[in-house]
Amino acid sequence: MRFKLIYMDNGATTKIDENVLKTMMPFFTDKYANPSSSHSFGQDAKDAIDKARGRIAESINANDDEIFFTSGGTESNNWVLKGVAFAAKKEDKNKNHIITTKIEHKSILNSCKWLEDNAGFTTTYLDVDKDGFVNPEDVRKAITSKTILVSIIHGNNEVGTIQDIEAIGKICKESKVLFHTDVCQSYSKSELDVKKQNIDLMTLNAHKIHGPKGIGALYVKRDTRIMDWQQGGSHEKGMRSGTENVHGIVGFGEAVKIAKNDFKKNNKYISELRDKLIKGIMENVENVKLNGPDIKENGNKRLSNNVNFSFSAIEGESLGGYLDQKWVCSSTGSACNARTLEPSYVLKAMGLTDEEANGSLRLTLSKFNTEEEIDYVIKILPKIVEKLRYISPIGKVVNYFKKDKKE
Amino acid sequence: MLKYSEETMKRFSHPKYVGEMKDADAVGEEGNFKCGDVMRIYLKIKDNKITDIKFLTYGCVAAIASTDALCETVKGKTLEEAEKLTWKDVVKGLGEMPTIKVHCSVMGIEALKDAIKKYRNGIKPVFDDEEPCCEEMRKIGKVNE
Repeated sequence: MRFKLIYMDNGATTKIDENVLKTMMPFFTDKYANPSSSHSFGQDAKDAIDKARGRIAESINANDDEIFFTSGGTESNNWVLKGVAFAAKKEDKNKNHIITTKIEHKSILNSCKWLEDNAGFTTTYLDVDKDGFVNPEDVRKAITSKTILVSIIHGNNEVGTIQDIEAIGKICKESKVLFHTDVCQSYSKSELDVKKQNIDLMTLNAHKIHGPKGIGALYVKRDTRIMDWQQGGSHEKGMRSGTENVHGIVGFGEAVKIAKNDFKKNNKYISELRDKLIKGIMENVENVKLNGPDIKENGNKRLSNNVNFSFSAIEGESLGGYLDQKWVCSSTGSACNARTLEPSYVLKAMGLTDEEANGSLRLTLSKFNTEEEIDYVIKILPKIVEKLRYISPIGKVVNYFKKDKKE
Repeated sequence: MLKYSEETMKRFSHPKYVGEMKDADAVGEEGNFKCGDVMRIYLKIKDNKITDIKFLTYGCVAAIASTDALCETVKGKTLEEAEKLTWKDVVKGLGEMPTIKVHCSVMGIEALKDAIKKYRNGIKPVFDDEEPCCEEMRKIGKVNE
């Protein structure tokens, strides 16, 4: 018998909202024109794009002309780093310094590395504290006369830590350094206001907020020095050419509309599920640790949908494997799950040992999860942990003695 | 999680040879914490034959499944036969293994070879429940002369 799937991997991607899909469908079938076409059929598609752009701009208190569509978060992050780096270098070849953190998404870290390897840039990777917080004062201290950009993730994808981007934005503004933040995980979960928070560039995407995959956006504040990204037929005001992903953009706009309307309701509901899950596991499993901000003191500084535990003496991929067999989708920071066979660099940056990082489990919720699902996970997870601790050699001591030859 | 074969998942769900063996004649170990795998194999040996085998692992799906398959293959074999086993012998019944997981499935064999080597060198396991903590694990392999 196949049980109903319990999807708790919303940090990876989310289920598309049916209303989002409904608004997208006509753009595959009836309204398929190219928005660059001058006929009225084409102009209908263009109007749909403009409408979506307006909604996204409004959701972060930006202007419509400051939103540029991309293929997703990874592209937006690549564009920001390389676009800002090359624009700065063109103006002043001594400007070659970027500041970021040790807990960014790989698209930021690997873009920084690419700039270091290929274009003579240097990067400062800021430390975080045990809960994953960046100290804004560390940003101030790291800024030099060569610094062009500070890029800091808003809500961390693994442990849900929400950074004080307003304080960081203020420091960047005072130091006249551009500030970029990646809000892929925090969009629709935390208030965003590019003016109040002094943000110059912002990475957004749709598939983490019940929109379609393959569509994202970059917010670029007016007059920000950044290179055009993709050359061609001058789409997106010449900054990012290529025929627009119209159905994706329409879906993105609708997902933003729904998320905005239900912001309070959803976040209250999801954070209550989160807290119930955290308490339920902490009460029913021994030797477990919550990674990321504590929900009692810092509940509002943790993404409303993020739960991340480390269980001692067990390995995360096996834990995920047993959950998978009960139709629960999860993720882990274990080395065994990674392509690199290294434990999660985010957890390591927070000071976790290899064993703690390898024994980590991430459960990320959404508005589609139910209380029954939480109860079910609270019921089965302690049993799985017990089984894996039975299998584990840790704590079961063996010593070795060399036999006496005369014996 | 990576894509595993049905056979691998079956073994992983219901491993038959998992557990502690406190009267083992030989114990072997392999692995480290960093890559997330630690493997321990217990052997009961009589007249040069492996009469019983069990394993414990702090390891992934591939480590659990492949070591369980290894135990099944090894049981009843002589030490010489067991030593000659290769990774291919172990995983052939498991279907395709993701390339990155090959090293996890080799660990069981390495732990088995370590157990046989210790047995031949007269190194006996002693079981001590007094200090069950992770630090002890890191000391394992240390021989008290």
